[in-house]
Amino acid sequence: MTIDLKTVKKISKLARISVDDEKAKKLENDLNSIFEFIEKLNQLDTSKSEPLTSVVDANLQLRKDEVKSQNIRDQILKNSPDENKDFFVVPKVVE
Amino acid sequence: MSNILDFTLVDLVERIKKKDLSSKEITKTYIERSEKSKKLNTYITEDFESALKKADNFDSKPDFNKKLPGIPIAVKDLFCTKNVRTTAGSKILENFIPTYESTVTNNIWNEGGILLGKLNCDEFAMGSSNETSFFGNVQSPVGEKLVPGGSSGGSASALAAKLTPSTIGTDTGGSIRQPASFTGIVGLKPTYGSCSRYGIVAFASSLDQAGPMTRDVKDCALLFSVISSYDNKDSTSINFKRDDYFKKLNKSIKGKKIGIPKEYRVDGMPKEIEDLWQKGINIAKDAGAEILDVSLPNTNYALPTYYIVAPAEASSNLARYDGVKYGFRSEGENLIDMYEKTRSEGFGNEVKRRIMIGTYVLSSGYYDAYYLKAQKVRRLIKNDFDEVYKKVDAILTPSTPSSAFKIGEKTNDPVSMYLNDIFTVPINLAGLPAISIPAGHDQKGYPLGLQIIGKAFDEQNILNIAYSLEQEIKFKNKMNDWWI
Amino acid sequence: MSKKHSDYIIKRNQNNYEVIIGLEVHAQVSSESKLFSSSATKFGAEPNTQVSLVDAAFPGMLPVINEFCIKQAVKTGLGLKAKINKRSIFDRKNYFYADLPQGYQISQYKDPIVGEGSVILDLPSGEKIIGIERLHLEQDAGKSIHDIDPQNTLVDLNRSGVALMEIVSKPDLRSPDEVNAYIKKLRSIMRYLGTCDGNMQEGSLRADVNVSVRKKGEEKLGTRCEIKNVNSIKFMQMAIEYEANRQVDLIEEGASIDQETRLFDTKKNETRSMRSKEDAHDYRYFPDPDLLPLMISDDLINDIKKNIPELPDEKKKRFIDKFNLSAYEANILVSDIETSKYFEEVIKNSDVKLSTNWITGELFALLNDKNLEISKSPISAKNLSKLINLIKDGTISGKIAKSVFEIMAEKDLNPIEIVEKKGLKQLSDPKEIELLIDKVINDNPDKVNEYKSGKDKLFGFFVGQAMKASSGKANPQLINDILKKKLK
Repeated sequence: MTIDLKTVKKISKLARISVDDEKAKKLENDLNSIFEFIEKLNQLDTSKSEPLTSVVDANLQLRKDEVKSQNIRDQILKNSPDENKDFFVVPKVVE
Repeated sequence: MSNILDFTLVDLVERIKKKDLSSKEITKTYIERSEKSKKLNTYITEDFESALKKADNFDSKPDFNKKLPGIPIAVKDLFCTKNVRTTAGSKILENFIPTYESTVTNNIWNEGGILLGKLNCDEFAMGSSNETSFFGNVQSPVGEKLVPGGSSGGSASALAAKLTPSTIGTDTGGSIRQPASFTGIVGLKPTYGSCSRYGIVAFASSLDQAGPMTRDVKDCALLFSVISSYDNKDSTSINFKRDDYFKKLNKSIKGKKIGIPKEYRVDGMPKEIEDLWQKGINIAKDAGAEILDVSLPNTNYALPTYYIVAPAEASSNLARYDGVKYGFRSEGENLIDMYEKTRSEGFGNEVKRRIMIGTYVLSSGYYDAYYLKAQKVRRLIKNDFDEVYKKVDAILTPSTPSSAFKIGEKTNDPVSMYLNDIFTVPINLAGLPAISIPAGHDQKGYPLGLQIIGKAFDEQNILNIAYSLEQEIKFKNKMNDWWI
Repeated sequence: MSKKHSDYIIKRNQNNYEVIIGLEVHAQVSSESKLFSSSATKFGAEPNTQVSLVDAAFPGMLPVINEFCIKQAVKTGLGLKAKINKRSIFDRKNYFYADLPQGYQISQYKDPIVGEGSVILDLPSGEKIIGIERLHLEQDAGKSIHDIDPQNTLVDLNRSGVALMEIVSKPDLRSPDEVNAYIKKLRSIMRYLGTCDGNMQEGSLRADVNVSVRKKGEEKLGTRCEIKNVNSIKFMQMAIEYEANRQVDLIEEGASIDQETRLFDTKKNETRSMRSKEDAHDYRYFPDPDLLPLMISDDLINDIKKNIPELPDEKKKRFIDKFNLSAYEANILVSDIETSKYFEEVIKNSDVKLSTNWITGELFALLNDKNLEISKSPISAKNLSKLINLIKDGTISGKIAKSVFEIMAEKDLNPIEIVEKKGLKQLSDPKEIELLIDKVINDNPDKVNEYKSGKDKLFGFFVGQAMKASSGKANPQLINDILKKKLK
């Protein structure tokens, strides 16, 4: 399987990373060599194998329904790129 | 006090407890050497001033019951540290100052450790040579223009160059063991679930583990006993009784069954590596271990599996870096434009490459062929280990297929770079513990490491085996302070 | 079900279209803290004051699940007579949006916590069963605010991470009225269970509405459109009506319908394509590696089962069987948990039939008038029960009761005291009534003669006069009886 330029652009759109044509070309080459290497997996019969999502063999740990986190708005907004003291700010969104 | 630099972590702890040394003396010595070693580019953020203050505080009110009383430690810049900039080696977090502390570093401070600073690493821990960091590549103290390995390259380099008495890194596919091997130090990747992931900038959640990087096995056992803890803030942390790995450390190898997996004899493996491996086998045998040939038939598929699973998780883990809440933002005409510019300018090439791979393998139409397939192969790889561990107590392999390489040597060929992790990646996929210990040098005088892989949560056993081998190997680093 | 429910048909050029509707209801789980973090869920807090490091997706932050939310989901599943899945998986749904801090929503995709179930609707035409496809747990997103700052969108993450149950129906609904009944029933069940407060004004209950149309008699489903995030039943109904007609128009014009996500514009009363979500979505679901599979034991299910209260369907049946109520009356009384609680409190000590009439009559009129929920009723169940007992034992007449009720509506006083204080007790002493009647007869000799000569209608006149003379307090039955004797 080969990944073409159109696919590279499509993925970059999904990943929200803009790429210019030159970068896209480079990525196309890189991705193709990586996937050529990945294709090796197709040699393997996995029809009888259950997918492994976690190596941990334990039950999901649960938390009590208690409010522990207090108002830390200053902390939350401290690293925000905008100066607003109450909100995160992004360019106007039109729905 | 020049010999301060020659003491191991355990030595320093003893001398502090005996009041032969003060925390201030030790801290100052390491800071001074760090100041002289900027050429290695190991630190992203230095925290020297406040380290000295903390050392003073410790000396005025010492608590000798702590495991790391007044010991200065620099850590990989992937651990969030309260009020100290944490970058993950990325432009996108260039100015990020956490208001919280990772559990692992918190454990160290609770035992008396003192933060020296934050060490360079590959961007978001994605790399095997520390060349993907936004803050520039790290040089290895082993030789000029030589990579220290990655992604914990700054940690390995700083430790080998004696800029910190010990350090911690993270290992997703070999990021502790490979640089440890390249720089002649000890590095342990614990069992998945042994050390909390809380507060560690995530790369691939199902594979990431923090671990100690130290001068010798004893130091490793001590530091590991500090950082391993159950944490209810991490749903994948495992609640079990943790022994004191340091107190229980012994050289017992007699009668231990050690497996030698034939699949690790890869085509084109340098003779030096093969010889090193044989040396390790001989030492183990002489010390009374029983050596068994074993098979891990799916070893060959581990790397391709890893390069699906890790990027897939990373593509999602790194979606939070979008310029909205913290970190770098590039202004855009609208929200989407802002996202695309921020992420395009904020991430480096390797990170973007992996996000692209991960996005692709999860996207509709390809999920089954790649991601699901990889998860099924991951099961087979884990089953291989489960089978082998019915017969043996541990597995011995080389840590890497080659010694350190030159900066820039592999940057244009991602696949050849990825092949560096061929011996370390299967262990992350199976969630097992593995330790790399320095075992010799190649003809160029570059260090080479051996890897001992254990059963899940059987760190004590591989630490003991490593301790025993270490006594016989008597490794000595050949460094000449070329950078000073 | 053999009954024909669907009479909602759109006619165009001799073609009859039926409307196929499926709902994805998002119900906020009633819990103190969020699904994966310990911050508060209270409505109406100052922006970004209920946000933890986990909710704002800071580097290295990890989700830990709220046990209570899991129990609430299981409880709701049991209330929907649904299958509880003993192993379920949390997945990441990946997309970028300003109010989605992680860049993904933790949800459940292939393995939800609850599987198939059903809900019974009580329609004027009879009962109809609506299939439930699944129920899963997921995180809510934050809120984007577009109308404060003219240049920017502001983001409030207070809601970010609040636990939601997404309840997906089968495409079994056929009209806006059925949607109304379905939402009300679902809401009622969850309020009985205490798993969701169902408060639509506060956004605790919202729905995505899937609408398609097809010519009557056709088997194949038409192309559907999804109307996102509608937060009132009225708007759902309006949106469906608009959207179904739009689709029929397109078909009649020979045009095709695009499968798309649409928005209901409440000002223009129309649906329109959501441009911001235009580029094809590819959510790249995969199991969240920060969480392990959720295992639910039989013990836990049984524990929760034991604590399931009587639900509206069972309560209705009991009311009909035990109290002889009509299906209509029972429906009204069980539809809301607070109403049923009130009713059951009143009938503890009072006559069922009278209680039913007074609650569904006077009390509902009063609440309606004052625009109050029954839980905020100005007249407590205890006092209404006393009033009903005063009627039943003949202390006051129904008519007097109404004026006592009016006094109680102003201030929740004990009706016994009101009756005492105002001297409203019914006059039931036959001797006193006889005296009153004698006076009326003596004062109206002409009318008595007319009556006796056959003008029967005048009987009412005498009753009226006697009642007037008693200031309305005389027992009407006694007046009747005594008058009849005297006028013989």
